[in-house]
Amino acid sequence: MERAYYFAFVEGDFVVLPLHVLIISSIVKILIIAHLLIIGVMAMIWSERRVSGWMQDRLGPNRVGFQGILQPIADGIKFLFKEDLIPNHVDKPLYVLAPAMLLVPAMITIAVVPFGSSLTIFGHEIPLQIADISIGILYILAITSLGVYGVVLGAWASNNKYSLLGGLRSSAQMISYELTLGLAIIGVLMLTVVEPGESALSLRKIAESQGKALWNWNFLIHFPAFLAFTTAMFAETNRLPFDLAEAEQELVAGYHTEYSSMKFALFFMAEYMNMIVGSAVTVTLFLGGWHFFGLENVGGPVWSGLISFGIIFVKTAIFLFVFIWVRWTLPRFRYDQLMNFGWKFLLPVALTSIVVTGILWVTTQSRLLVGIGNVVAAFIVVSIVAGLLVMNKTPEPATPELSGLDAIE
Amino acid sequence: MEFTLKTFIFYGFALLTVASALVVVTVRNIVHAAFSLMVTLFGVAGLYVFLQADFLAATQVIVYVGGILVLILFGVMMTSGRLEMRLHIERGQLLLGGVISAALLMLLLTIIANTPKWKNLSDDGEQLEPTTRRIGELILNGQFLLPFEVVSVLLLVALIGAALISRKEVRD
Repeated sequence: MERAYYFAFVEGDFVVLPLHVLIISSIVKILIIAHLLIIGVMAMIWSERRVSGWMQDRLGPNRVGFQGILQPIADGIKFLFKEDLIPNHVDKPLYVLAPAMLLVPAMITIAVVPFGSSLTIFGHEIPLQIADISIGILYILAITSLGVYGVVLGAWASNNKYSLLGGLRSSAQMISYELTLGLAIIGVLMLTVVEPGESALSLRKIAESQGKALWNWNFLIHFPAFLAFTTAMFAETNRLPFDLAEAEQELVAGYHTEYSSMKFALFFMAEYMNMIVGSAVTVTLFLGGWHFFGLENVGGPVWSGLISFGIIFVKTAIFLFVFIWVRWTLPRFRYDQLMNFGWKFLLPVALTSIVVTGILWVTTQSRLLVGIGNVVAAFIVVSIVAGLLVMNKTPEPATPELSGLDAIE
Repeated sequence: MEFTLKTFIFYGFALLTVASALVVVTVRNIVHAAFSLMVTLFGVAGLYVFLQADFLAATQVIVYVGGILVLILFGVMMTSGRLEMRLHIERGQLLLGGVISAALLMLLLTIIANTPKWKNLSDDGEQLEPTTRRIGELILNGQFLLPFEVVSVLLLVALIGAALISRKEVRD
């Protein structure tokens, strides 16, 4: 009974596939998605530089290839040929391991994210997802929490005070915002429609339950939770306005100060990969997955699959543009502001969304009322917190000390 | 027992867990030990998967690997950022640890010896449903609601207490 083992954690459509089809299709899907991620990273690096240039009224890289589109490849080749410098004072095993520790979690998270509905090839209906596991959301949260290790170990192994401070800041930030990230999803899970025996934690089920109309898209029903989730994700990916870990003015380059050549490139790639995967997760959880006003059902079984992939692709791309947009619009937070914001605003908002969604859904069974109630409750909670903060405000010291170890407290 | 792909992967995980656990207790550098402990906990999560305890596997990684161990590393770094951080092991500790480990081993061996028949979950073709839903139903349908709430209140008290103790007193 090999089958029982292979499908122990797999639900839904997978079970009807014969084993050889499952293996071949999985390998093909893994290859395609892994390469798409790498190409996506290059595209992101190029578009980040071009968009920032556009926003700051300058050109950006536009010389290599059409509009500079081959610039990331040139950069990659440059990274490969740079000397791979390992300073004498580092802790070598962990120093070498750290970039991979950051890149691997970023990459394997995509395994449970659906990238389309399903594709019928050679008479087999193949779901466009590498693995539809029953604990998809928990898997994402677990793997995301592994990302901290790359930063912490890299920072420690570098044996450099700037690296260490960057690593400490980053890990404290990631641990704090992880809570919001997890709590903001719970409201979504409550309203996910599943048959008995299925799991609401599967990302495919979450995407499918948003299929009926625009009003089923989770960002409308759980708007405050959506904002909290997105903000927490910016913090998790260490992007501006939350990139305290690599604040150039204070910490040289933060946790990767001592890294050079391809190891530095791995850190860099991991950051962008985290953004891409995070965007794909957000699209699945909140922005309707592969649904777009019935467009995903157009055409035959082959075309609808490809169209659904295209819809997810475009939605993810738009969300990634928001990442870039925010980075070149907002200035960096101060460290105490970052912590205050995470613990005193985002966390209460996420908690409120759980309570309100639960109460309103049980009493009214109306998505509209849940949506309105969530917004009103979040507004009230934020007002209360802001009011309390203003009332209890302690006078700030004349010169706030934010150097050295004080900055991370 | 036939040697399938499953047993192969299982022994891979078992080896990973045991080997990294050995590294944890033998290596002198505390951060290396913590890193190795991460691999051990991860291996244990893998073993949970083989027991078809999907929820437990994910929780193991979230709580131990992503939470507690990061805090340990964090504490080590806050107190000493230097690479030369070494563990000093006294003979008394070694003795005490040895006795406790031996007692635990004996206990487990007794249980293994006294279990008449092990249920093989996968070989009889039984498809177990995901455990997450069952756990949620058991907690929320009243059977374990009170213990669950009591534990959560206890943890909250501990959290507030820790925050209160660690906080510096503000003097005017």
